[in-house]
Amino acid sequence: MAMNLVYTRPESLTKTTTHYCPGCTHGVAHRLVAEVLDEMGIREKAIGVAPVGCSVFAYNYFNHDFVEAAHGRAPAMATGIKRVRPENTVYTYQGDGDLASIGMAEITHAAIRGENITVIFINNAIYGMTGGQMAPTTLPGMKTTSSPLGRDVEMMGYPVRMVEMLATIDGTSYAVRRSLHNPANIRKAKKAIRRAFEVQEHGLGFAIVELLSSCPTNLKLTPNEALDFLADQMVPYYPLGDYKVQAEVKAIRV
Amino acid sequence: MTKELMKGNEAFAEAAVRAGVEGFFGYPITPASEFLEYMAKRMPELGRAFLQAESEVAAINMVYGAACAGKRTLTATSSPGISLMSEGLSYIAGTEVPAVVVNVMRGGPGLGNIAPSQSDYNQMVKGGGHGDYFPIVLAPATVQEAIDYITLAFDLAEKYRSLVYIIVDGNLGQMMEPAELPPMRKLLEEPPEWSVYGAKDREPHILTSIYIDPPDEEVTNIRLLKRWMEVEKNEIRYKEYDLEDAEIAIISFGVAGRVALSAVRTAREEGIKVGLLRPITVAPFPKEAIAELSKRVRRILVVEMNTGQMLEDVKQAVAGRAPIEFYGRIGGITPLPDEILEEIRRVNQNSGEMVDGMEKVEWLERLEARIERGE
Repeated sequence: MAMNLVYTRPESLTKTTTHYCPGCTHGVAHRLVAEVLDEMGIREKAIGVAPVGCSVFAYNYFNHDFVEAAHGRAPAMATGIKRVRPENTVYTYQGDGDLASIGMAEITHAAIRGENITVIFINNAIYGMTGGQMAPTTLPGMKTTSSPLGRDVEMMGYPVRMVEMLATIDGTSYAVRRSLHNPANIRKAKKAIRRAFEVQEHGLGFAIVELLSSCPTNLKLTPNEALDFLADQMVPYYPLGDYKVQAEVKAIRV
Repeated sequence: MTKELMKGNEAFAEAAVRAGVEGFFGYPITPASEFLEYMAKRMPELGRAFLQAESEVAAINMVYGAACAGKRTLTATSSPGISLMSEGLSYIAGTEVPAVVVNVMRGGPGLGNIAPSQSDYNQMVKGGGHGDYFPIVLAPATVQEAIDYITLAFDLAEKYRSLVYIIVDGNLGQMMEPAELPPMRKLLEEPPEWSVYGAKDREPHILTSIYIDPPDEEVTNIRLLKRWMEVEKNEIRYKEYDLEDAEIAIISFGVAGRVALSAVRTAREEGIKVGLLRPITVAPFPKEAIAELSKRVRRILVVEMNTGQMLEDVKQAVAGRAPIEFYGRIGGITPLPDEILEEIRRVNQNSGEMVDGMEKVEWLERLEARIERGE
């Protein structure tokens, strides 16, 4: 009986043992990006920009050129690369502390300029690498190491909904939110990532895909509980959906 | 080539264009803004990248990106802008990519003022950002020198994969004087071997400043230090004026050095045996030249537009071999040739010992008396 190979490592991923925690969805997000790069045939011209956070070493997993930015500055660094090498495909991969806290100015102005880059935004509502502190996206009442009694919004402010905010900016062509908590949503996430890269390939400007993600270690949950947390707690606060899809972007067939 | 009358900042910007810069990223700040404004029209004319960033923080990270992409790139700012860029500068140094930064210096600290100053000497020469790294720092005294050093800066940046700073006293950015621009240089044809441009038919290139394993960081620090030692061996530059028979040596950089030269010329007419050593590279510092000089002069006078920041480096080089005196104007004030002439005359009469630290106490007394007199 002939055997059909139906699942293999994308060429855009390297053969590296993961350093991510069990149950973390970074691996899923990495794989989706890699599959999209493969399917679009753009691995050889891709330049990734890694953030500061758990995915600081994202470049160890991707089989293409990569740079490592200062905390929050990935969109500025990506801008510098894209402006002098417009022929390359440039994307950032950033977490919520990186993108929505320290890098708020850089991401917002990249959108304002309609910078022709793709942004993969991992929102897991917590700081992972530094050990579970409150993130700009930490939910109200959520306990973290720096909000031990729970996030008091009167004292610590409210969680920020990034793609909704960025969707208000004229330079943004594509701003959507997806989740990685089950296979159906993962498939939808991949389609969004594909579209976000197509936006860049069509020269249509700034594209961001927010991916609700899980951090079992710092949420102090089992992997499955962490996925439930995504579905039950995160999705209600961060509704999934398309917040901006410009007409030209809609016209791209994915 | 004929000389043209150009405003400093615009001349520096055109020099950068001719040096082959393909990406300029900046943020407006006085007294450096004309550099940005000039690039805003010039770069698009040539199909090269110009971008006004949202902040100096973003600007330097755009430079960082363009440098990683293997293109000649620079930014121009003024003192508070450097403070904001310090993070990015450290990353550029840690990633070992070439970049050029022009600092048109103004008075500080804080918002300070927009008048010329040399008070960023320590910030530029001793680092500014975090970590062990060694930028090359060039200190021009004329518009022409600044033009020439911009081309040199890119050559050094590429040769050593290093950060190169050009510290321009605010006066030079704002003044007009005749200067000759270099011919247009060819752009880099091929991306440098280490840069990121797409992993086609090769292994991926990773450019990073993180070495999570301390032994890896140690090796990196050693590599940076050894490269710096090469720079110290090969790239020290300074200018000497009337030092052959000098009994008094002035050591002064940038515009302060230029004003000091006028005073030296007048003092020579009066028969005072005085000369000037003007460091061009304040980093690497011309330690040996100054050490040699200290063996044959009677007295040294350091002149700066700050409270004596380079003075510390001079002291280290002189190592007690000659008494050192200091004169500075601060807060955005440029000394006049007559002030320095007066200092030369005074130093020429002075043969006493100088206890370390007293040079500043005595200078402050003279300076405050001068301020009292309304000079």
